[in-house]
Amino acid sequence: MSDDAVKIPPAVSGVGGWLDDRFHGARGVRVLMRKVFPDHWSFMLGEIALWSFVILLLTGTYLALFFDPSAAPVVYHGSYTKLDGITMSQAYQSTLNISFDIRGGLLMRQIHHWAAIMFMVAIMAHMLRVFFTGAYRKPREVNWLIGIVLFTMGLLEGLFGYSLPDDQLSGAGLRITEGVLQSLPIVGTYGAYFLFGGEFPGTAIIPRMYILHVFLIPGLILALITAHLFIMFHQKHTQMPALGNTEKNVVGAPFWPYFLLKGQAWFFFIFGVLVVLATFAQVNPIWLYGPYTPLAISSASQPDFYMGILEGSLRMMPAWEINFLGHTLPLGVIIPALVPLGLLFTGAALWPFFEQWATGDKRFHHINDRPRNAPVRTGVGVAVVIAYGVMWLEGANDVIADKFDIPLYTVTWISRVAVFVLPAIGYFATKRICLALQRKDADMLTHGVEIGIIRQLPDGAFVEEERPLTEEERAVIESKQVYEALPAPDQADVNGVPAPASRGPLGAARAIANRAFTETIAVETNGHGNGYGHGNGHGAVEETGHAAVGAGPDAPEEEH
Amino acid sequence: MSGEFPEELSGPHRVIGTPSPAPKAVDVPAGPAEPPPVVEPPDTAHAKRAERVVAALFVLAFIAGCGFIAAYVGLEVGVATIPKGANPVVAELRSNLALGTSLAVALLALGTGSMIWVRHLTPNIEIEEERHDLASEPADRKAFQHEFAEGAAISQLTKRPLIRRTMLLATAPLALAPLVLLRDLGPLPQTDLRHTVWRKGLRAVTLGGLRPLTPADMFTPGSMITVIPEGYQDDDDALAKAGVILIKFEPGQMSWPDRYDGGTLVSTMNWTIDNIVAYSKICTHVGCPVALYEQTTHHILCPCHQSTFDATNGAWVVFGPAPRPLPQLPLMLDSDGYIAAASDFTQPVGPSFWERG
Repeated sequence: MSDDAVKIPPAVSGVGGWLDDRFHGARGVRVLMRKVFPDHWSFMLGEIALWSFVILLLTGTYLALFFDPSAAPVVYHGSYTKLDGITMSQAYQSTLNISFDIRGGLLMRQIHHWAAIMFMVAIMAHMLRVFFTGAYRKPREVNWLIGIVLFTMGLLEGLFGYSLPDDQLSGAGLRITEGVLQSLPIVGTYGAYFLFGGEFPGTAIIPRMYILHVFLIPGLILALITAHLFIMFHQKHTQMPALGNTEKNVVGAPFWPYFLLKGQAWFFFIFGVLVVLATFAQVNPIWLYGPYTPLAISSASQPDFYMGILEGSLRMMPAWEINFLGHTLPLGVIIPALVPLGLLFTGAALWPFFEQWATGDKRFHHINDRPRNAPVRTGVGVAVVIAYGVMWLEGANDVIADKFDIPLYTVTWISRVAVFVLPAIGYFATKRICLALQRKDADMLTHGVEIGIIRQLPDGAFVEEERPLTEEERAVIESKQVYEALPAPDQADVNGVPAPASRGPLGAARAIANRAFTETIAVETNGHGNGYGHGNGHGAVEETGHAAVGAGPDAPEEEH
Repeated sequence: MSGEFPEELSGPHRVIGTPSPAPKAVDVPAGPAEPPPVVEPPDTAHAKRAERVVAALFVLAFIAGCGFIAAYVGLEVGVATIPKGANPVVAELRSNLALGTSLAVALLALGTGSMIWVRHLTPNIEIEEERHDLASEPADRKAFQHEFAEGAAISQLTKRPLIRRTMLLATAPLALAPLVLLRDLGPLPQTDLRHTVWRKGLRAVTLGGLRPLTPADMFTPGSMITVIPEGYQDDDDALAKAGVILIKFEPGQMSWPDRYDGGTLVSTMNWTIDNIVAYSKICTHVGCPVALYEQTTHHILCPCHQSTFDATNGAWVVFGPAPRPLPQLPLMLDSDGYIAAASDFTQPVGPSFWERG
């Protein structure tokens, strides 16, 4: 902006000058102000998580001013007269007092709880967006890993948070946590005794969870969010495929003033929606559950939604237990407690590296993939979502059985089968759909778009009118990137030496994975295609150095 | 390593469709060659309207914010402050509704106003930023590696393995110290998990009224009642293991499966009194109280994960993830004719654990 077009207000020149004299900030802050933020609705999902976390910090600090994390017993004589004369912990009593004796206390409690739910929903949605668009690819693998750690931290933080009020429902959850911990081989009983300070329930667990919940875990989350944002800032955003978007640029609106205004609007929206929920949608009404006693329980005891997968996998599992060299190994608890989330998090953490290994793709990627252009990834993602969903639903099998009038055991049996069958179907169906969409794309590039007008030729034949694709439409379709097929495992080079990476069982596995990943529908273009997208001046694919061989018999190459 | 890259700092930002900026001299901090953005959007009538809407929304947010403060001051909650006889729950819900509604209106009006502001009043500018290679220049990388290796050589770290190894040795116990310090978080489990507080002659009292029971008190076959060891009603640690359910059956309704005490087969026939059987209330899956009893099928159901036990048949597992029946508590009548334990459980109650055997 030149000086003659915009008048510099004295506040900027004065205060700014004062600061710049001391901190030399003009240049750096200017770079920050002109930071480009590409625009796409799905880029706001991570921002929901960020703002939810800010709201969690604000409301959590407020709640901590009144909450008393103590298991010491007291007899209640407070505002909620239905519990008058009942013995309860000070933690439970102070939560009742927050809810009934402090103006705005209930509102803050409910905003805090809803914000925690929103935080986890947003993390999951953001993670799915990043996965399905391939935004985790080189150079963003480290940020993907940080995101996974943030997800696990969020799970723990939520579990500890809703367990703090020491009500009947969360106490049952803690009892299950203790039972699962105790079941782990070798360290189980020690782990449970050290966590609870002895036998369950004891009096140590509430203050211990409290310090983890208000200090250690939020501190870690804050540090990791900071790292997450700094890395994103440094590496610059990814962008969606569009005309003018290349691997060499970032196109969007500048931070100042656009993103600041939009971010402000988004923050107030999220906060506003959370307050609406907190006002009109009751969450965790602990006064209805009553204080925790070890021998009481209610049916339809469900944890918060993000723990539902663990609850469901516990309910789904058959009662397997073996005796291993004189020791009890309750597989029926260990497997559901460790395997689903273990597979999810380990698999997600390894996925970027697995994909690089399977495709041999070491290129930088700043333009997001369209999910259809990566059928294996999209298929795997859908399979994981389905498996997660089945386990999550099974976590409410008693509610489902009750509401839909299905026998309880039938629900469980359906889930036991569905958790294996449906993801497989989902994978293959998704992969086929992706390839079909690719075929449609290829078709549109060569034939254009049918515009719905049918013309009769003089000889009586009917043809459909088509218009060629616009440049914008072409750019999106041509953003597709093609992986080079790796040499087949027994493929030898001109000297008869097999490629080193293709030897042995690992090489064979890699070849199988590579065949799946490289299955694609060729996009025939006028010399623009298969590149880094349209308009970057680099028409050709970066050669990976391998002698490209055919993608295999099961990879149809369609020509038009 | 002190090289600066002014090209990157000054940033070749430009509006799409404009020619790229001319190369700049080094050390000229900012020489933006971009045309000034359109400050006024073309449709001024539309902008005027948008401005009024945004301002109205912000005024609404102001009013709602004042309403929040008024609601805080005006609506008391809590039995100590509200008028005598008023319902504290109603007072709380009224306060919550007023505070929540005013706060929500204020925030949503601010959010909506900001959004209309950015969408209808600010001109739509799209800028393009060049992406630079993330990797350092090969020369920089080489210089870094060189300096690092040089520093390592100067430090003698590579040359003197004795120092290196003894230093690692010295830090190993210190690294373990934080873990060692965690040891006193809790006592060792020892044999705690194998025992409960039940012992011969200890009376069973009802959980609610702490009333001892005679067999005549349980006159209705099919009923289930939760009992606890007498004198332990305030000891949650004891109750979490020692909770017991009593079920009364018709004569001949029960069958007697074999139970093993360690490796020995024991008869449980004489563990009951007058067709009253006592099972542990702690689920053998992960420890929830098994609180549901279906009279017609005699099934005991754990509401947490739906393990189902057949009460007539030694609490055998009918369905669900529980790996073994609920342990049975041997019963006797004490000298006053009340139901009491004949001994502790003969096997650990609750979830499995490694040392259970």
